[in-house]
Amino acid sequence: MPPTDPIPDTTMAITATPATPSAPPSAAYDAILEGFAARIRQAAEAGTPLRIEGGGSKNFYGGPLHGEVLSTAAYRGVIAYEPTELVITARAGTPLAEIETVLAERQQMLAFEPPRFSPTSTIGGVVAAGLSGPRRLQAGAVRDFVLGTRIIDGQGRILTFGGQVMKNVAGYDVSRVMAGSLGTLGLIAEVSLKVLPVPVAEATLRFACDPAEGIVRVNRWGGQPLPISATAWHGGALWVRLSGAEAAVAAARAVLGGEAVDDGAGRALWQALRDQTHAFFASADAAGTPLWRLSVPSTAQPLDLPGETLVEWGGALRWLAADLPADKVRTTVLAAGGHATLYRAGDEAKVRAGGAFQPLSPAMAALNRNLKREFDPKGVFGPGRLYPDF
Amino acid sequence: MSHDNAPPPLRPAPDYAGADRDFARDAAARAALFARLGAALPEGSLMVEAEDLRPYECDGLSAYRQVPMAVALPADEAQVAAVLAICHELEVPVVARGAGTGLSGGALPHAHGVVLSLARMKQILSMDATSRTAVVQPGVRNLAISEAAASLGLYYAPDPSSQIACTIGGNVAENSGGVHCLKYGLTVHNVLKVRGVTISGEVVEFGSAALDAPGYDLLALMIGSEGMLAVVTEVTVRLTPKPQLAQVVMASFDDVNKAGDAVAAIIAAGIIPAGLEMMDKPATLAVEPFVNAGYDLEAEAILLCESDGTPEEVAEEIARVKTVLDRCGARAMAVSRSEEERLKFWAGRKAAFPAVGRISPDYYCMDGTIPRKRLAEMLTAIAALSQKYGLRCANVFHAGDGNLHPLIMFDANEPGELERAEAFGAEILEKSVEFGGSITGEHGVGAEKINQMCVQFNRDERDFFFAVKRAFDKRGLLNPGKAIPTLHRCAEYGRMRVSFGQMPFPDLPRF
Ligand SMILES: Cc1cc2nc3c(=O)[nH]c(=O)nc-3n(C[C@H](O)[C@H](O)[C@H](O)COP(=O)(O)OP(=O)(O)OC[C@H]3O[C@@H](n4cnc5c(N)ncnc54)[C@H](O)[C@@H]3O)c2cc1C
Repeated sequence: MPPTDPIPDTTMAITATPATPSAPPSAAYDAILEGFAARIRQAAEAGTPLRIEGGGSKNFYGGPLHGEVLSTAAYRGVIAYEPTELVITARAGTPLAEIETVLAERQQMLAFEPPRFSPTSTIGGVVAAGLSGPRRLQAGAVRDFVLGTRIIDGQGRILTFGGQVMKNVAGYDVSRVMAGSLGTLGLIAEVSLKVLPVPVAEATLRFACDPAEGIVRVNRWGGQPLPISATAWHGGALWVRLSGAEAAVAAARAVLGGEAVDDGAGRALWQALRDQTHAFFASADAAGTPLWRLSVPSTAQPLDLPGETLVEWGGALRWLAADLPADKVRTTVLAAGGHATLYRAGDEAKVRAGGAFQPLSPAMAALNRNLKREFDPKGVFGPGRLYPDF
Repeated sequence: MSHDNAPPPLRPAPDYAGADRDFARDAAARAALFARLGAALPEGSLMVEAEDLRPYECDGLSAYRQVPMAVALPADEAQVAAVLAICHELEVPVVARGAGTGLSGGALPHAHGVVLSLARMKQILSMDATSRTAVVQPGVRNLAISEAAASLGLYYAPDPSSQIACTIGGNVAENSGGVHCLKYGLTVHNVLKVRGVTISGEVVEFGSAALDAPGYDLLALMIGSEGMLAVVTEVTVRLTPKPQLAQVVMASFDDVNKAGDAVAAIIAAGIIPAGLEMMDKPATLAVEPFVNAGYDLEAEAILLCESDGTPEEVAEEIARVKTVLDRCGARAMAVSRSEEERLKFWAGRKAAFPAVGRISPDYYCMDGTIPRKRLAEMLTAIAALSQKYGLRCANVFHAGDGNLHPLIMFDANEPGELERAEAFGAEILEKSVEFGGSITGEHGVGAEKINQMCVQFNRDERDFFFAVKRAFDKRGLLNPGKAIPTLHRCAEYGRMRVSFGQMPFPDLPRF
């Protein structure tokens, strides 16, 4: 390719990138994995729970933490990255930051924009936590990018599901189920994720409006072919991010109007929302106010719940910082067709008492329990983290 | 698999793992079952006579046939639940059925079972422009959703070639894709919620009208589960705004390797086209006389690369695509100048199956996926297998997704040809696994690829699939014998494969 070519040459594959200069060779990795499996088998025999930990950066999320820590940190490194296949495969303990660096070198990204709580966050933890950032609106959630996994189940069996290809319908989609399972179904040892090119152009627009108006607008725009990749309403203004080809972003700006936000400020805003360092989160944290994550149909009216709110994902994600009875929050959100998660409670004991997640219908609870029992018959993995009874 | 009026090759149904009560011999038990099912359904919704059952004996893979014991045609969810509860209690296998266009024998009936046809549940229950969602019954045809949404400027993105006929229930069961799924995703990316009934007759909801749901992501498990976990009774789909403009570049290459490299180079340039399809020479030769799409008949391969979006965006992307294709050695390129011309360019790709059906009495459609970079190698391997088995093969390829559809041509009336076609297909699938891909990208395992599951998954993994199945259907009554092979089945297949080198057809005539 001539050096003047404007199109980056990303055809070369990076394979078996050592995680650190001192990274052990592949046989040593096999030994680490066998070690995890042996530990899980012992725990199953002894009936003692384990708590899988990546970087521990999401320890705040979910129910109480029981059991001895099984850290995946040693099992790290990118196994294969092929930009032209749009796939990266990595060991669970690989830091998220390392993966993002490798992708950025080829102008690619994890399009679900997982929050980066700390430099120690791992890719296994990202998938297990199932949290997605602002771009979820346009690109999809973690689960939508999981192509394959290698897992260790509750009997210590090392199993491979899915693969490195875009389409694969052989057998049940076990890989996607691991997304959001919070370490309660099995240990994610390796994961293959679909990656996407970084958009050529981005721009941020601001509109002054109340939340009801903001929700109406983002839904109306959602029905038009506009390259909207993120939205946020907070404190009297609606922010909209456009991503795509230069021409598409320019055309959409002309259609939408609003006030153009400086590029640097726009980037900082979306990053703060993504990593949950935005003032909305920071002040809730500082005041020790419980933080609720409310997932609702995008068109739901502003909910009748007092407190500070932040609305993302075209109206489908509503954050609420408020000290309210859990029952009131859950019934209000349920009536709107959604579900509520007590994302962080100022007072730990309080969350834990009621459980972090919306209770399931009896039929769904039975299916969840059955599935947990099949993955983890002895209840080794994070008992009570997802629901108190399994 | 087959088409028009060719006499059906009769094949025994594969073995079944599920519970088998012999209702065929026990007339009293059968009569009691029919009485209970009849009472649970409206007049004329239960069929038990041989002539009524015949149309249900196969799906799109017509080489596999089996007449069921009965066919139930419920009109609503309550009737579905009632039928399932009865079958659960009496341990009768149940096979759900949509339009029967499946290509892997997923809807192949069970000899002692009930086919549960969702064909009468074909209402679009609601369509909401603001939330861009539609709630539909399982028997609604894929294309009917887009047609109903058209006036709102919306459509349902996954577009299997069978979209005129196939149902959304079948799409959910197979996680179906189409030519636009590289950019717009598969069924799993476009369905928010599925209501279904478990084998015990309980109604459950997977997913929600919000973007996520509490608990494990059972929606992900349901999608692509081939009717083995629950019967789908209602689907909430996400609708996509129709792009202002779509244009397609048609490029021809004198070497399949160059075409394969061009696919990689487009992606490497940061472009995710709305569609990226490839056809090899046997495929273009078959379709051109059929559709007159203007394909370059000298070319070894042609690529179709579609861009959509605003007119400015499309112009920008098409220019970039052309630069890449040119650099990759395309021998000719044409860009569609009108919607009519765009559809003409696509017509050949969309009509590939029937076109091949015109030049061969029968054809067998395979569905492997491979990493894109192994494409040229795969085509070379297929050419060698074509020689080995003495059967022609045309290749159409969802190149952007690495999903290959070799169409193996044969004549079922020639003794041994069907078996050769099957052995040819099996080798292609096993090559796909060897290349780091999968035995099925979108058509499912069904009854057809059950043997190749033994190749792609080891014993523990197959056991694990049975464990997942148990969580939903302890007695194994929903679509028994499909998708996951038993240990016994794999052992037998293993013995057969050992002799693959010499066998199965050492004395084949070669072209
Ligand atoms: C010419 C042709 C072209 C095709 N092109 C494509 C293509 O481009 N992409 C693609 O992905 N596929 C394609 N297919 C395959 C097929 O159309 C799809 O698999 C389709 O989704 C099947 O839908 P159906 O309604 O016909 O289902 P059926 O064939 O009736 O059933 C398929 C499976 O789904 C199950 N099922 C059906 N309805 C339900 C329900 N309500 N609840 C639970 N389980 C259910 C059945 O038990 C069976 O296992 C093509 C087929 C043909 C004949």
